[in-house]
Amino acid sequence: MSEPLFEFLCRMGDNTLVLGHRVSEWCGVAPVLEEDIALANTALDLIGQTTLWLNLAGAVEGKGRDADALAFRRDVWEFRNVLLVEQLNGDFGQTMMRQFLFDLWHKGMLIALQGSSHDQIAAIAEKSLKEVTYHLERTTDTVIGLGDGTDESHNRMQKALDRLYPFVGEMFVSDDVDAAMVAESIAPDPADLRPVFDARLDEVLSDATLVRPTSDFAHKGGKSGQRHSEHLGHMLSQMQWLQRAYPDATW
Amino acid sequence: MVTDKPATETIWEWLDAVPDPEIPAISLTDLGIIRNVEWAGDTLEVTVTPTYSGCPATRIITLDIETALRDRGIEKLTLKTQLSPAWTTDWLTERGKERLEGYGIAPPQPAGGPQHCPLCKSSHVERISQFGSTPCKAQWRCQSCLEPFDYFKCI
Repeated sequence: MSEPLFEFLCRMGDNTLVLGHRVSEWCGVAPVLEEDIALANTALDLIGQTTLWLNLAGAVEGKGRDADALAFRRDVWEFRNVLLVEQLNGDFGQTMMRQFLFDLWHKGMLIALQGSSHDQIAAIAEKSLKEVTYHLERTTDTVIGLGDGTDESHNRMQKALDRLYPFVGEMFVSDDVDAAMVAESIAPDPADLRPVFDARLDEVLSDATLVRPTSDFAHKGGKSGQRHSEHLGHMLSQMQWLQRAYPDATW
Repeated sequence: MVTDKPATETIWEWLDAVPDPEIPAISLTDLGIIRNVEWAGDTLEVTVTPTYSGCPATRIITLDIETALRDRGIEKLTLKTQLSPAWTTDWLTERGKERLEGYGIAPPQPAGGPQHCPLCKSSHVERISQFGSTPCKAQWRCQSCLEPFDYFKCI
């Protein structure tokens, strides 16, 4: 394992990078123009946050890598995002459910990181929190609107939840990197974020007339980098091909 | 001692004339993103805070500041980015809000939605989308004149 702080920053940056790229895949093909614009804006915020996290990760690492080098020149096994964010977009409902589940975790994490002993982490969290609060407001409304909507939209949202729920647990798993962050008051123990997440999730699902799956089985291996799903490699082959085919290309 | 360094008040006036690249009706100082201007020896330090972390205009803004100041003869210049305290629409100047409205963009309101339609001033307005053509705006529509309009999000 490399330096825990570097690992932690890669986790934050890779979550926003991979989800930002996934969401940007909707650009031009979303169901309606307003949603297309909203998704592109969400992706833009996430990519902006990625730049902040990964530039800091590169600085902490001290090997001269910046956000671009980390985003475009690492292979699948070096990525530290949770499995949830690399899952395929599916239909619009599945994309919104994935975004809602991530936003809810993300907001809790950023609130805690605002009090980080690391000034730059606290500053990035403070900046990102404003954007993520806005994201969560929209995804909450959308999940409720579609869940408590027509039979068709309800069924699709329930299906999306059933499919994605097994990826929720990984966001709250604590490991050695987290323990090192807690020891230095840099970041919270992810497990401590779960009660607030669960309480709000239950409220929203209730309003959305959706049923939370009973099994707490959790797929793991993304944030540790041990076992990403097959989807990440395919995504990176598209995201990274230009910088790999033409290193240092600019426009 | 004679010095060639312009006073920071003068620098602020110059920056006040630099328009926002996305919303040219308002200036960078109206937007409230210039946090500090000071001399460190013979180098001018300008501190800027981004509106949204992914806003593509941020790079253009940096370039515009640099161009404006170099055109005025500032040779040694450092642009610093400051994230905290995070930018808030509370830092928009009153003049900036008036200019936004005059340009057809409803200025931010603490209540979370536009006070009225920037065109016909009707208070019967509805939200179309929480997001708009730039990260800082949302799309609304006037139910009286039926025109869609941009609302500057309150953050």
